[in-house]
Amino acid sequence: MKHLLSIEELDRAGIERIVSQAMRFDEVSEREIKKVPTLRGRMVLNLFYEASTRTRGSFELAAKRLSADVVNFAASGSSIEKGESLKDTVLTLSAHKPDAIVIRAPWAGAAELVSRWTSASVINAGDGKHEHPTQALLDVYTLQRQLGRLDGLSIWIVGDIAHSRVARSNILAFGRMGARVTVCGPPTLIPHEIESLGCEVRFTLDELGTADVIYALRMQRERITDSPIPSLREYAAWYQINERRLSPRQLLMHPGPVNRGVELSSAVVDSPQAVITAQVQAGVVVRMAVLYELLSGARAPSTSPAPALA
Amino acid sequence: MPLAALSSNAAAPVDLLFREVHAIDPRVGLDGLRDVRVRGGAIAELAEPGSLTPEDSEELVQGEARHRLSPAFFDPHVHLRSPGQEHKEDLETGTRAAAAGGFGGVIAMPNTDPVIDSAPLLRSLRDTAARDARVPVGFLPAITRELAGERLTDMAELRAEGALGFTDDGRPVMSARVMRSALRYQRLCGGVLALHEEDLTLSAGGVMFEGAVSAALGLDGIPGVSESSMVRRDAALAAYEGGRVHFQHLSVADSVAAVAAAKADGIAVSAEVTPHHLLLTDESLRGLDTAFKVNPPLATESDRVALIDGLRSGVIDCVASDHAPHAREEKEVPFEQAPMGTTGLETAFAVLHTELVLGGLLELGLLIERMTAGAALFELPAPSIVVGQPANLTLLDLEASWVPGEHGWESRSQNSCFAGRRLQGRALMTVAAGAVAYRERTFSVVGV
Repeated sequence: MKHLLSIEELDRAGIERIVSQAMRFDEVSEREIKKVPTLRGRMVLNLFYEASTRTRGSFELAAKRLSADVVNFAASGSSIEKGESLKDTVLTLSAHKPDAIVIRAPWAGAAELVSRWTSASVINAGDGKHEHPTQALLDVYTLQRQLGRLDGLSIWIVGDIAHSRVARSNILAFGRMGARVTVCGPPTLIPHEIESLGCEVRFTLDELGTADVIYALRMQRERITDSPIPSLREYAAWYQINERRLSPRQLLMHPGPVNRGVELSSAVVDSPQAVITAQVQAGVVVRMAVLYELLSGARAPSTSPAPALA
Repeated sequence: MPLAALSSNAAAPVDLLFREVHAIDPRVGLDGLRDVRVRGGAIAELAEPGSLTPEDSEELVQGEARHRLSPAFFDPHVHLRSPGQEHKEDLETGTRAAAAGGFGGVIAMPNTDPVIDSAPLLRSLRDTAARDARVPVGFLPAITRELAGERLTDMAELRAEGALGFTDDGRPVMSARVMRSALRYQRLCGGVLALHEEDLTLSAGGVMFEGAVSAALGLDGIPGVSESSMVRRDAALAAYEGGRVHFQHLSVADSVAAVAAAKADGIAVSAEVTPHHLLLTDESLRGLDTAFKVNPPLATESDRVALIDGLRSGVIDCVASDHAPHAREEKEVPFEQAPMGTTGLETAFAVLHTELVLGGLLELGLLIERMTAGAALFELPAPSIVVGQPANLTLLDLEASWVPGEHGWESRSQNSCFAGRRLQGRALMTVAAGAVAYRERTFSVVGV
């Protein structure tokens, strides 16, 4: 595998391969010296067009545990602010011959575009509202650790589906791993024809009891000003996962950061069913596995062809 | 009101003899082998095949089985980008592209920089066209100043300066009140109002059609009803004011239904459709290739089928390319940032011939009718193969197999959504307003 651009292009075997590799790396994170020399001398370049502390930190930690060198480029204070195009930024950074570029950008397809302009492996760390494949992989990993397998599970993804790249990647990944996915949220935040991704749609939590896993999404405050929901109060009344709605046999997930009192009550965040911190831990080992998958077999970039200027 | 006219730098009127050529003009029931003589830029004789003797002074084109001699196509909707955006296109390159696509006349849109919204600007553009344009160009100045949708342009003065009609193309006239004023003022100045229908409050933020593909890509969608609801509003306003409107680039089935209903009610409406809306759907966007980012957005398969049905039945009157050139660096950006539009003049006939005619969905004669019908909608004479008429002719090679872009483009821009497809059929020679506007490079004539 050369790039990780989306879950869409991964099949079940590909997901399983990365998750199994992550299980092997999990052992490393338990050691006193949390580092292996696997990617020594390789360079991983983080190119982040959006603020992100968690995902970027997680990638950085993953690369460092594999002994790769990490360089961070953020959109602020760089040539990007001076009006340089994405293409020129990528061509410029590629001149340093990175082995992998991790990109987060507010535009759908940004990672795919970058892959056309560089000979490095490209990892999509979130492209607009399109996909966030490493999040989906770490969520699959977390569920496998907790429950053994996803086959036959009923997973409800609850909240703002329309604006969530996590929702899109997870609908696909959970489905490919054999789970039945239901998305639930206010009708104004569920895209038309989202069913075509292979999920069911509910507008109320009435049947939430049938879920084995509840995956809550962050509710962003700006959705109130653009009017899809009348108020956070009304949203919480209808869609908040709280102690009345969460049953002891259900697992609760969230990609973070959590708005306590909005999509989740404080009590459920702190409950034993919540695996939110396990997801964060999984992030590092899964990203190690992704870097390993893309880079361990690859030759040094000096032998690969120069990016086409076409 | 003076007759609105077209402007071009038409070269010396040509003397030509098309001998034993299969001439086809559905408007006059012509479909068979003929000798067609053009003398001094006008069609001088139509005779039985082989009956006319070539003269020394004229160029001889010997017909072959693969040829058809058609009236030159007419495109009522192109963006020539002049003034102000000549890095994308200008009157010379745009009309060269038109001629290469078999078009003998085009109508340019006013969403330039500055907007074509005043008589002096229109006059200067017509002068430029008279110097630079390969094929005749007509202009539709703006309905509202700076396309702001607020105050009408000096429509009567613009008409006196040669405006064929008016449009705010690229934007709708959002205010029903302003639209109504334009329709009332039309009684004074005439001129078709060509309308880009899009309810901006519904389409806001959207970058593609709202449906399964936008849901999968996480892109904000533009619902089809943002177009069709405006078609219905403006048909109702046109009915109330007795006005004449033309709906540009229909994209969804519901708009076709709205136009059909308006026509059934006797309202003076007409409509156009582009080759890309006839042949492509939002499925093309799964790869997020910005070449497919157009406005209105490519819709679904059922919309596409309804557009083809509408074109066949005549609910949709004509084909228009909506030729919208953009520079490479403008399109080579993330999808959400890219401007909307595809070039179309050089590929329009070839893609429709390949997909609809050879695909058995539309007969060649009907395609030719729909590709020439735009002229009459704007009160211009329809190009036709009739003795005494100015020569507006396109010699087609129905068997030519080619790939758009393989030998470059006549247009200054190359943002074609059809680039790289193998096509069958193309123009070999275009005669516009009595002069040769285009000759395919490998096409040689006999006896020059």
